Amino acid sequence: MPVIEVTDLHKSYGGRAVVDGVSFGVEEGEIFGILGPNGAGKTTTVECVEGLRVPDAGRVRVAGLDPVADHEKVARVLGAQLQESELQAKLTVREALELYAAFHPRPLDWRPLAERLGLAEKLGSRFGKLSGGQKQRLFIALALVGNPRVVVLDELTTGLDPRARRGTWELIEDVRAGGVTVLLVTHFMEEAQRLCDRIAVIDRGAVVALDTPAGLVRRSAGATVISFTPSAPLDDDEVGALPDLVSVERKDGRITLSGTDGTVNAVITLLARHRITAHQLRVLDATLDDAFLDLTKEKKEKTEGTLT
Amino acid sequence: MNSAVLRTEIRLFRREPGSVFWILLFPTLLLVILGSIPSFRQADDDLGGLRTIDAYVPIAVLTGLIVGGLQAMPQTLTGYREQGILRRMAVTPVRPSALLSAHMLVYGAASLASAVFVLAVGRLAYDVSVPEQPFGYALALLLAVLVALALGSVVSALSRTTKIAGAIGSAVFFPSMFCAGVWLPVQAMPDLLARIVGWTPFGAAAQALNRAMAGHWPGWGHLGVLAMWILVLTGAASRWFRWE
Repeated sequence: MPVIEVTDLHKSYGGRAVVDGVSFGVEEGEIFGILGPNGAGKTTTVECVEGLRVPDAGRVRVAGLDPVADHEKVARVLGAQLQESELQAKLTVREALELYAAFHPRPLDWRPLAERLGLAEKLGSRFGKLSGGQKQRLFIALALVGNPRVVVLDELTTGLDPRARRGTWELIEDVRAGGVTVLLVTHFMEEAQRLCDRIAVIDRGAVVALDTPAGLVRRSAGATVISFTPSAPLDDDEVGALPDLVSVERKDGRITLSGTDGTVNAVITLLARHRITAHQLRVLDATLDDAFLDLTKEKKEKTEGTLT
Repeated sequence: MNSAVLRTEIRLFRREPGSVFWILLFPTLLLVILGSIPSFRQADDDLGGLRTIDAYVPIAVLTGLIVGGLQAMPQTLTGYREQGILRRMAVTPVRPSALLSAHMLVYGAASLASAVFVLAVGRLAYDVSVPEQPFGYALALLLAVLVALALGSVVSALSRTTKIAGAIGSAVFFPSMFCAGVWLPVQAMPDLLARIVGWTPFGAAAQALNRAMAGHWPGWGHLGVLAMWILVLTGAASRWFRWE
């Protein structure tokens, strides 16, 4: 049974549907990503999971409980890092960790957690004096200090430098290894690709794709890109007849083709047949970036189509 | 009520020198300044034979309550909402209402401490008599603290930002101080004005405190006015208050 279940969730503000029929399930011990452009409804969706917002329609369950009706029980098993929140400016890091640990029945020891997040030297500092990255790391610590079964992280590494970002990713992987389920809202494709077992791509309030990172990449149109500079000109018709070909680009004698693995094999066969050498041959898998742009663009064109 | 939250709020209160000064020290300082004027230490016929310093003890007491309840409390509370501190608390098993009640307790206790300090300095330095009707005085004082907190909660409920809370707080602050008698003690007000002021929260509080000071029961009329204001204001605050 999924730990987090969201079924046909709807939420509107002022007549505008922000979340319009979102459904997904997160399995125990999974790192589940929610990816999408700004204003797609990601934060509203997770706020319904956290019990901060009451859905207009649809069903949300966390460990079988309703986050609104059973708020306290859900809050005991759920740790959350919110996108926009602060703490009392004159509260020190140590006091904040102690306070939030005291809210939970079986908290973690906050000392190693603070150490791990690079806050050990900042324990005596007041929240108001911390840098953006330090505040962010403290919020991650506060989300975890209650020893939750489920942790919801909204823009986990925003504001962190690359080293802190990588350290945080390792921490999240360790947390998952301990059996914790992670729901992660992110903008960073690298983060999603590295951490997530599955990803829901949300655009305009709806899930447009739900798959593993590799699955999403495979689904995108030009999943594999091959580029080379041929030693002799290639025939246009023969190139155009390559299987699964999505696009062809020629620039300064260099050809860039996108397609599938099948396209790559066919190109190599074609080159061998004509005894043409491919200089500076590069074969690249499309990234999650490409898949993301593809998935969210497709939707836009469809909408434009219905308008005209 | 969550004891960890309460401990934290007490700690944070002590780190606000502004609040500590204006709530805990200023009312006593006001009394000391007035008491240093020799003529204020002599009986005044306008005040029914009381000395000015006698009349100003309840006023100084109310000043502490008004500053605490109306200026300091809504500022902090509105700030907590504005900065998402209440929101962050809402995703823990402890509801943000714990923060609210801790707040009321801290500011209420600070106002009471300020009152006790004023009474003690009045007694020791200027020989102002202690309330001759201590139970009536304590009851009137408690109701006055509650009405100040309730009024502050309404200010906070109506203010989206700390700036607005500051503006509304000040707008209510001066009339409240007037009714408490800062510029003209209630005893010296013309009869009609005194009667009108008696219907306001702090006018009623001032008159209840005066009567208890003089050894009478504070008067069910004044206590009733206070109780009514507490009910109305608390109802308004809980109706309009938004967690975010």
